[in-house]
Amino acid sequence: MTAIHIENVSKVFEARGATVTALDGIDLQVRAGEFLVIVGPSGCGKSTLLDLIGGLATPSAGRILVAGQEVTGPGLDRGVVFQQYALLPWRTAQGNVEFGLEAKNVPRRDRAARAGEYLDLVGLSAFHDRYPHELSGGMKQRVAIARSLAFDPEVLLMDEPFAALDAQTRDGLQDELLRIWERTGKTVVFITHGIEEAVYLGQRVAVMTSRPGRIKQVVDVPLTARSATEDLRSDPEFAHYRHEIWSLLRDEVDKARAAELKEVARV
Amino acid sequence: MSSATDTRVVIEPRAAVVARPTPYGKGKRLLQVAGNLSTRLAAVVALALVWEIFPRLGLVDAVFLPPLSTVLADWWQLLLSGQLWEHTEASLIRSLSGFGLAIVLTIPLGLVIGWYKPVANVLNPLLELFRNTAALALLPVFVLILGLGETSKIAIITYACAWPILLNTISGVRTVDPLLIKSARSLGLGPLRLFQKVVLPAAVPTIFTGIRLAGAYSILILIAAEMVGAKAGLGYLINYAQYNFAVPDMYAGIITISAIGLIVNQLLIALERRFSTWRTTS
Repeated sequence: MTAIHIENVSKVFEARGATVTALDGIDLQVRAGEFLVIVGPSGCGKSTLLDLIGGLATPSAGRILVAGQEVTGPGLDRGVVFQQYALLPWRTAQGNVEFGLEAKNVPRRDRAARAGEYLDLVGLSAFHDRYPHELSGGMKQRVAIARSLAFDPEVLLMDEPFAALDAQTRDGLQDELLRIWERTGKTVVFITHGIEEAVYLGQRVAVMTSRPGRIKQVVDVPLTARSATEDLRSDPEFAHYRHEIWSLLRDEVDKARAAELKEVARV
Repeated sequence: MSSATDTRVVIEPRAAVVARPTPYGKGKRLLQVAGNLSTRLAAVVALALVWEIFPRLGLVDAVFLPPLSTVLADWWQLLLSGQLWEHTEASLIRSLSGFGLAIVLTIPLGLVIGWYKPVANVLNPLLELFRNTAALALLPVFVLILGLGETSKIAIITYACAWPILLNTISGVRTVDPLLIKSARSLGLGPLRLFQKVVLPAAVPTIFTGIRLAGAYSILILIAAEMVGAKAGLGYLINYAQYNFAVPDMYAGIITISAIGLIVNQLLIALERRFSTWRTTS
């Protein structure tokens, strides 16, 4: 079953009199319950694509279906996790998780219990009464993940959620995310510019081209039993996939860099 | 005048948090607190001493500047006779009415202006013009239109208090982290709930800064307003005492007004901190 159906989607921006094509004819299917990673050079429009799926922007051409319904705006069938956490600083961890439940009009008495349950899922029960400024970056992102899971969306959209974290915290959260994904069975669309992260997390990895963003290739990564392997990253199979995606990306990164230099030279 | 007030008000909250716990023992900490306190009081004590000694030594004319002890004795007499309270009450009613009216009127206005960008764009030049016109320059206009009574006094205080509250409310609404708005939008929140649950709470600390500044203005403007055609109030007391050469009364009035200003400011600082704990520590 297809959870997300992206059909010939393009997005054009008007910036300072010039038109910029961010996305050009994207076709992509995401299966229900799948963990799909989208990887691409910076500025390739991968965040734009996520905004379109989230309903935070509208495509210039083409259409996106989520569970068979065309996306016309944001909705609680999709939960978005941002790189900078986007927690409300005046609310505690618990209050932040309840925020999504308020949006869903969950009755007040049920909110606390449900928020507690999801804080427990991300291992932060003991910190329910802490404010965001009292939490580390990794903890903040856990709260943000709990918030997005608590209102029970079909799809979790993650926009480079671990990019602002240090390496150790990131590794830990990747394992945690896989565990949560296995437990909840959500469909996850995960955006990153990290090749290792893409191979480590994704059942499939969609590689994007530099601007204008297209899907260059979708690579299956059939690494079985990710969580069972002690040190997956040093596995030869892992290295194989990493190299494959690295080769696909290399040209695009070079192209993106050349385009950037040309732009700077012009200004 | 206003810029000097601004710096004073901004610096104070930092000065107030000097008593930090240290890894030393309790006795040492007490000593440190006492040390900090004496540092902060040193200048005030020095001023009091100068005020007491200089007139007594004849370095300044004791008629124009009576020694502090004489002024304080006179202040005590005014307090006992009930006169001081009568004037203070009249002043506080004016100040609080003007201040309160400004809060009630300008916060909703500022929220609307800040939230609707076109409204802000239209009104901004006008706001800039008025905000840079000293409130007291308009006092004669207020008296001309509203007469010499209470209305013109409360109106000018309302007017002066309105600006810091209005401008801070607008900027509070406009500077809400766009990511928070985006994230709330991704949850499908409509504009009304977005405003209630995200924009308003995010703007509260900035609005409070405006309220605190307005509190200071309400006292500053009050005195000037009371020097024109009032029959009671601390401004009247100061002015009237000066005309009648009751110099100690005049200084007693001045001391009272600075004490009130100080207390109002401290109260508002405490209130502001209470409402923005999440911002100050982040």
